[in-house]
Amino acid sequence: MVDTQRTLLLGNLAAVEGAIYAGMRFYAGYPITPSTEVAEGCSRELPKIGGRFIQMEDEISSIGAVVGASVSGMKAMTATSGPGFSLMQENIGYAYITETPCVVINVQRGGPSTGLPTKVSQSDTMQARWGPHGDYTAIVVAPSTVGDTVTETIRAFNLSERFRTPVVILMDEIIGHQRELISLPKPGEHQVINRVKATVPPEEFQPFRLTANGVSPMAAYGEGYRTISTGLTHDPMGFTTNEPKEIKVKLDKLRNKIMDFRSEITKLRVEMMDDAEIAFVSYGSVSRAVLLAVALARSAGVKVGLVQLYTVWPFPDNKLRDYCQKCQKIIVPELNMGQIVHEIRRVMPPDTEIHSLQRYDGEILTPMQILEKLEEVM
Amino acid sequence: MEHKLLDKIEVPHDRFEIRLSGSGGQGMILGSVILAEAIGVDYSKNVVQTQSYGPEARGGASKADVVVSTNEIYYPKAMQLDMLLCMTQESMDRYYADLHKDGVLIVDSGLVKNVPTETYYALPFTKIAREEAGHVMVANVVALGAIAAFTGIVSKEDLIDAVLKRAPRGTEEKNRTAVEIGYAEAMKVKKDPSRRAED
Repeated sequence: MVDTQRTLLLGNLAAVEGAIYAGMRFYAGYPITPSTEVAEGCSRELPKIGGRFIQMEDEISSIGAVVGASVSGMKAMTATSGPGFSLMQENIGYAYITETPCVVINVQRGGPSTGLPTKVSQSDTMQARWGPHGDYTAIVVAPSTVGDTVTETIRAFNLSERFRTPVVILMDEIIGHQRELISLPKPGEHQVINRVKATVPPEEFQPFRLTANGVSPMAAYGEGYRTISTGLTHDPMGFTTNEPKEIKVKLDKLRNKIMDFRSEITKLRVEMMDDAEIAFVSYGSVSRAVLLAVALARSAGVKVGLVQLYTVWPFPDNKLRDYCQKCQKIIVPELNMGQIVHEIRRVMPPDTEIHSLQRYDGEILTPMQILEKLEEVM
Repeated sequence: MEHKLLDKIEVPHDRFEIRLSGSGGQGMILGSVILAEAIGVDYSKNVVQTQSYGPEARGGASKADVVVSTNEIYYPKAMQLDMLLCMTQESMDRYYADLHKDGVLIVDSGLVKNVPTETYYALPFTKIAREEAGHVMVANVVALGAIAAFTGIVSKEDLIDAVLKRAPRGTEEKNRTAVEIGYAEAMKVKKDPSRRAED
């Protein structure tokens, strides 16, 4: 079918489209390559629809403003890259413990430190999971195309609202700075989830009430409920606690509200895995090089397939094991020195051969490099 | 060395791959965006545009790829260029190896002096921009006009529409002229390749 609504859209602006579709009306950020167009797009679009854009003095205050906007009832987002993502970690941790829904986009570049502002990398995969100190469970999603970026941003907001937690979108320079012809979703085409609001009488309200699914109905400041946000470990009322029992309840809540629903959060793209003897497992932009490599190898008669992780964290232990159960060999291409490969080693039976294919010189793995690796392990 | 797999791989030539290359500030990335937008008007085609540049605001190597296909485009970057534009000697030296054997090479003859092949098109885009189109800044748009003429990947009309959508207010005529001159000069060279040494 000919789609006449197509537009040539930049990956970073696709994130803006997805966020606005999902209801984001507050953006605070400090521009940084290769994520700057997210801020530019928000500064252009949000005022038109009654939203707010604010450029803060740095990344620490940016995520602070995002958390503040969210506890005041708005869907809020920021975008950054490696150096800014590092600066944001303390307040992202604050969002985990205060169970504040928000979305943080990290358009990855090479690191450490200022590193490679304009070069592609996937070296923040572990930081996205373990960035803030302490025990918590993170949700991290990773698109691979401009079209994906729209839908994964919508999904990130939905997960964030549903589970009252920050969600990180791991993009990278190639996706952020790539233009593709896509059709934007029409109203109603995707479900939009909003946080569960408090409905009890104000005197009965507990901001962190224990519920069956672990998610506490939320009241925004100014809505007439007495609510509280503290980074100190707290009880269901939000009061700080040093009671071992209450501490454990809080930390279990942070984990279980996500892990009990892991199968609904994880999302994979599975290509040509039915009879595959060798599997590639990838995420983000490199998946597109893998897709072409898999198609070419199939045409040469090699039984190979792809499992692409749209949800990187929580890691899809069971689904990955199911899809790869007939594979003796797994190749894990990443634009880093080998990060998610360790999760695959953890999950798969010990007799599975697992190969890490790494590139960390600022360029993407090419389909030919992926095929060379395939030939090597065949 | 014998490759049991790689020797059997045939990359289907179902994509048309274009690279614009030069130095930061020459407008190669913007040029590629305009080209991708112009090509994208044709609904039968998929288009992906990517870029690679350095941290500098000006200077440093800059390149942008446009991949066109009637099929789904998996890998977004170019692999075997069907067309390469070089606006500096450095980009010529760096990217010539990526050009397919039947690919079209286009160079700015005022800026690229050493070309490692006999088969190529040369026009002094920067000089034409400065002396005929009214401003050196439209050298990239002159080159786009020439690309339309040399490759036929996009019509002159669609290209002008796309250029004008991106042109800052007040520069429309300069940009339209730039496309027209680039297109016309390229058509002359295409008919009579001996003119290409002219600079």
